[in-house]
Amino acid sequence: MLEIEIDGKTLQVADGSTIIEAAHQLGTYIPHFCYHKKLSIAANCRMCLVQVEKAPKPMPACATPVTNGMKVFTHSELAVKAQKGVMEFLLINHPLDCPICDQGGECQLQDLAVGYGESASQYQEEKRVVPDKDLGPLVSTDMTRCINCTRCIRFTAEIAGFMELGQSFRGERAEVMPFIGKTVDTELSGNIIDLCPVGALTSKPFRFSARTWELSRRKSVSPHDGLGSNLIVQTKHDRVMRVLPLENEDINECWLTDKERFSYQGLSSAERLTKPMVKQGGEWKEVDWSVALDYASHALRDVAKTHGGAAIGGLLSPHATLEEMYLAQKLLRGLDSENIDFRLRQSDFSADGKRKGTPWLGMKIADIGRLDRVLVVGSFLRKDHPLVAQRLRQSAKRGAQISILHSADDDLLIKLAARAIAAPSQLPAVLAEVVKAVAELKGVAADPALAKVGAGLVDVNAAKKIAASLVSGSDGGKCAGILLGNFAQQHPQAATLSALAQQLAGLLGGSFGFLGEAANSVGGYAAKAIPTAGGLNAAAMLKDPRHAYVVVGAEPELDCADGAQALASLTKAAAVVVLSPFKSQAMLDYAAVLLPVSPFSETSGTFVNTEGRVQSFYAAAKPLGEARPAWKVLRVLGNLLDLNGFAFNSSEEVRAEALDGQPEFVSGLDNGIDGATLNLTASPNGLERVADVPIHFSDPLVRRAPALQQAADSAAPTARMNAATLAKCGLASGDKVKVGAGGTAAVTLPAQFDAGLPDGVVRIAAAHADTVALGAMSSVLSVEKA
Amino acid sequence: MTNQNDMLSPEAIKKIDREVAKYPADQKQSAVMAALVIAQDEKGWLSKETIAAVAGYLGMAPIAAYEVASFYNMYDLQPVGKYKLTVCTNLPCALSGGVHAADYVKEKLGIDFNETTADGRFTLKEGECMGACGDAPVMLVNNKRMCSFMLPEQIDKLLAECK
Amino acid sequence: MALIDTINPLLTTGWSKGDAGWSLKDYEARGGYVQLKRILASKMTQDDLIAEVKKSVLRGRGGAGFPTGLKWSFMPKAAPEKYVVCNTDEGEPGTFKDRDLMRFDPHSVIEGMIIAAYAVGAKLGYNYIHGEIFDMYQRFEEALDQARAAGYLGNNILGSDFSFDLFAHHGWGAYICGEETGLLESIEGKKGQPRYKPPFPANFGLYGKPTTINNTETFAAIPFILGMGGEAYLNLGKPNNGGTKLFSVSGHVNRPGNYEVPMGTPFAKLLEMAGGMRGGRKLKAVIPGGSSAPVLPADIMMECTMDYDSIAKAGSMLGSGAVIVMDETVCMVKALERLSYFYFEESCGQCTPCREGSGWLYRVVHRIEHGEGRPEDLDLLNRVTDNMMGKTICALADAAAFPVRSFIKHFKSEFEYHIENKKCLVDPEVQRAGSGFFKAGAA
Repeated sequence: MLEIEIDGKTLQVADGSTIIEAAHQLGTYIPHFCYHKKLSIAANCRMCLVQVEKAPKPMPACATPVTNGMKVFTHSELAVKAQKGVMEFLLINHPLDCPICDQGGECQLQDLAVGYGESASQYQEEKRVVPDKDLGPLVSTDMTRCINCTRCIRFTAEIAGFMELGQSFRGERAEVMPFIGKTVDTELSGNIIDLCPVGALTSKPFRFSARTWELSRRKSVSPHDGLGSNLIVQTKHDRVMRVLPLENEDINECWLTDKERFSYQGLSSAERLTKPMVKQGGEWKEVDWSVALDYASHALRDVAKTHGGAAIGGLLSPHATLEEMYLAQKLLRGLDSENIDFRLRQSDFSADGKRKGTPWLGMKIADIGRLDRVLVVGSFLRKDHPLVAQRLRQSAKRGAQISILHSADDDLLIKLAARAIAAPSQLPAVLAEVVKAVAELKGVAADPALAKVGAGLVDVNAAKKIAASLVSGSDGGKCAGILLGNFAQQHPQAATLSALAQQLAGLLGGSFGFLGEAANSVGGYAAKAIPTAGGLNAAAMLKDPRHAYVVVGAEPELDCADGAQALASLTKAAAVVVLSPFKSQAMLDYAAVLLPVSPFSETSGTFVNTEGRVQSFYAAAKPLGEARPAWKVLRVLGNLLDLNGFAFNSSEEVRAEALDGQPEFVSGLDNGIDGATLNLTASPNGLERVADVPIHFSDPLVRRAPALQQAADSAAPTARMNAATLAKCGLASGDKVKVGAGGTAAVTLPAQFDAGLPDGVVRIAAAHADTVALGAMSSVLSVEKA
Repeated sequence: MTNQNDMLSPEAIKKIDREVAKYPADQKQSAVMAALVIAQDEKGWLSKETIAAVAGYLGMAPIAAYEVASFYNMYDLQPVGKYKLTVCTNLPCALSGGVHAADYVKEKLGIDFNETTADGRFTLKEGECMGACGDAPVMLVNNKRMCSFMLPEQIDKLLAECK
Repeated sequence: MALIDTINPLLTTGWSKGDAGWSLKDYEARGGYVQLKRILASKMTQDDLIAEVKKSVLRGRGGAGFPTGLKWSFMPKAAPEKYVVCNTDEGEPGTFKDRDLMRFDPHSVIEGMIIAAYAVGAKLGYNYIHGEIFDMYQRFEEALDQARAAGYLGNNILGSDFSFDLFAHHGWGAYICGEETGLLESIEGKKGQPRYKPPFPANFGLYGKPTTINNTETFAAIPFILGMGGEAYLNLGKPNNGGTKLFSVSGHVNRPGNYEVPMGTPFAKLLEMAGGMRGGRKLKAVIPGGSSAPVLPADIMMECTMDYDSIAKAGSMLGSGAVIVMDETVCMVKALERLSYFYFEESCGQCTPCREGSGWLYRVVHRIEHGEGRPEDLDLLNRVTDNMMGKTICALADAAAFPVRSFIKHFKSEFEYHIENKKCLVDPEVQRAGSGFFKAGAA
């Protein structure tokens, strides 16, 4: 520790601190633009110049390391003169038309100019004009306003992992730009809007729609991936106008993914369901709530009476709130149905009944950064969990070794220590080889069940390289983590992958866990929204059609492992009661009653994130039209069905009952499986499908966000194959191909070369209307030239 | 997908490889300045495709290569004439006629700085200090050939030999 | 004390044969690589070697004048990967000595770099050569091939356990790369934007590794220093200003060129060696250390001796030893306008005060020169320079400011005349005649 003095106040700071960090510790604000705690130090804006005793010149607080006994003066005459001088330079070429700038009112330059600027400038030459750039559908530019702080450039290079922006030319002609003709395509692009201290980079969807002071603010929680990023939802006249990150170092740090930032546009979609609707004689009618609820309760009661409770299935979106899931399962169980599930894209349920607890991340999110060896298994990590990828990217820079075992070699923009890319059916065998190799390196016996894994079938060398990396970590792997991604969890041998990961973590003395796919992937377990003995899981209740379904928040044709089958079963069912914020043509086809419920922004509720953290939020806006919070709708339905235990006055009461109080973390988190049987059989005949869920198609809300749908990540699905597979099928990249999945249905897609795929694999995105007809995400496909 | 390396000839790649070999194995980017010169020599100027090809070959982000190409002023981001004449007009040269030499060339060729003659033969550029002030006035022909003591007679001779 | 009124050729001994004397055999014939052989054969310790260089009081010849031996001693001993870098990015207006060193005696630079690498424990080195002198870059590469073939470079040099390799890297038109950290960025394949210091290159240099970076002339002096002994070298010059120095004399003299003289030689002597004033005209002003150094009027300059301390005392800097001589045909406003344009053009764009300030300075000087000056402009210029100096990562902002302040300080009446009368004090026809361009062949 060092002792220093800032403006006469003495304090202790850690070795290696800079003056600005020390000042921050003291609560002393030093004006700055280019400095950002998460980015490398540029020291280029020069706004943070301060006086340091004995130094002849003012020093940049952001870049000057503290030395013992240093005396710093942030407001001395020398410091203020330097700061004012810099402010004058910043303003000479900056337009002084704040009233017409979108950043007005939340501009750091504007704010600081009030304190450090003069009322008039002696600069009377013509101001510089810089051409605007097209950065894509999300970020708008007004480059004449740019002060060249380079935060956005450093963000793309350091945080997002690929330098998409640069500062070209030099001197006064220097300008921030992407490469000619390129847009900024990172899934984290919106953060450069927050980072920009001026109005050079602003939100394209939000631009000129409101002033910051007109907006009401509410804290909220992201309804998308399992991280549970903290949000500030800003509204005007009960319409969500903008979403910004709420800084939480333990979760999203100060970042948001573009999905989290811009999905709010879907809240105002034309497909919002704003009135209860019932289908009578094949015709949809808008009705009063009482009519709709009556209709729904009668329909469910009739089926239960006639066919028994087991004839009803409940499909809950993993993006539904804890309270919604809890009441939905209570409702179904009240009707004597055990058929309830939220794990809609899962296909292997063999671990059900053997789990020791709720599967979760296996560690705190913040602890991911403390792992020195990481193996990611089955994950489109950068698109499925962008902010986890970001944490690992930083870890790798600090020296952590990251490896991946997956069926696609997408560029994670992370320096990888090792990688094994294998067809989906071979993933368990490769992971088993990793386990065996680690056991060998550790000099212990591996599970004898792994002995029979076919050598020669899989890339043993890649497995060994991964094993060597894991074992090379501190204490032979005690700081190693195995993270199972969405693809591993959706895999038809998911339980085997999980059991092998458990073995691997055991051998290493490290940890393993699941990267939660959705906002409530852990919360669903906590809400008991899974079948117990005798009940049907999500796949089973669709495979074996029910007479009636209750669908909460999901679009099963897009959100289930086998969308085609879901559509068929729902269509066949006598009564489908849908609680949804949106309506779609598919829904209008299969549903009997549509109950308009609030999306996350219009209801209070709780998401339990992937680390088990309970995060509750309030509504940020009033429900649109006649939509109502789903927990209230379910409560009334429970009452109408004369079920016990539905006397809740608030969502907090629901939460208290579901979680037995108000814990910070849910209890019962445990990834262990008792008596797991390994299923190591492999090699189906034919081309295996690798199905990713594209980042902007993962849930009903983001699918309806127009700006995101124009982003590079929202490109239409293709049939991607490596060169060998293309050749084997007699195809060239760009050919139209007919893809079938055994049945009669086929879809026509363009073939696309993808060097990162293993042989014998066709990668076709799921969760997209163009590919629903292909059915199961995991399947064997036929491909022929169309 | 087109192979970006098609943009560069095998000879150019060979020259670039020689530059890459000068630096530690994990520092290929160090060769970007030389590689851009090699590409510029071959193509006449640096189009965005050429810059992207160089970036791709060296494993850099395209914008990182563009930053370099736009920062150093001897890279040509626009097509230039067959002969690019760069006249130093900085003070030490100007004291010995640098500005007058530039004026003389302008008059002879009928073009101003940053212009190209109609026949595409000459482009005229104003240069900064070339580190040859003792030889003033100096000018560069196509970046690599320095001409010293460029008084009217020498300029006439140079223009005549640039066919 | 050595005689100080005659040339004492040291670095320039090999220049007499012009372009015919640069190759390895010529260099060896005049005693080249003997010092390297001696060091390797005697297994001289690094400490002894550095001590010898310290004794010479050799100060960096690139402009900053930092003691070379001291700089070398900053290199961490234990670091496994270290570099030696030579700064031949000679772009400071008025400076052209390193070009002639490359041209006439590249092996002295190579030998100096090998010895420096030995002293600091570097295995790899680069010579960064100004892009505009590409023919010298090619010559240096040829010289490197010769040295490599002769076993002076590569693994186990001359059978010793010392290995070092050296390569040439060229610039491509950016003055800022003459700043040492900008130069390192440039070798790394980036824009030459200087780095904030600390950390200094001795701790965080090329590729983040400890690096010794010196000017071409500094390296070239090393073999000579070791040949004659540090003390003898020091005594060639004057205390704290050891040895000889190359001065690039440009502008209004009869024989512009490089002159090697002992430190402390009177300016008047140097001017005489350069053939005196062109056309016998009157000396008006001199920029004694490259365009970034403050200008000095004739009367002050004529009293100076050519060494760090004397020039500093007179209010300027010896800098790189670029002596820009201006006679009475020069309009000082026009001269400053061109220099201000240079700094505006060459500012890297990184730091706000320089990016914005260099253009502001140029525009104000430009309007004064073009008869649009305002009475308050001189105060404005001083105020803007005040806000630039010492406020940026590197010294380019200061370099842009010094000429402005010194020109106004010493030639204020000429600026005021310009503002009041909207024209030059020096008649345009006189100015035109000054360059000698229109009288081809005139002395």
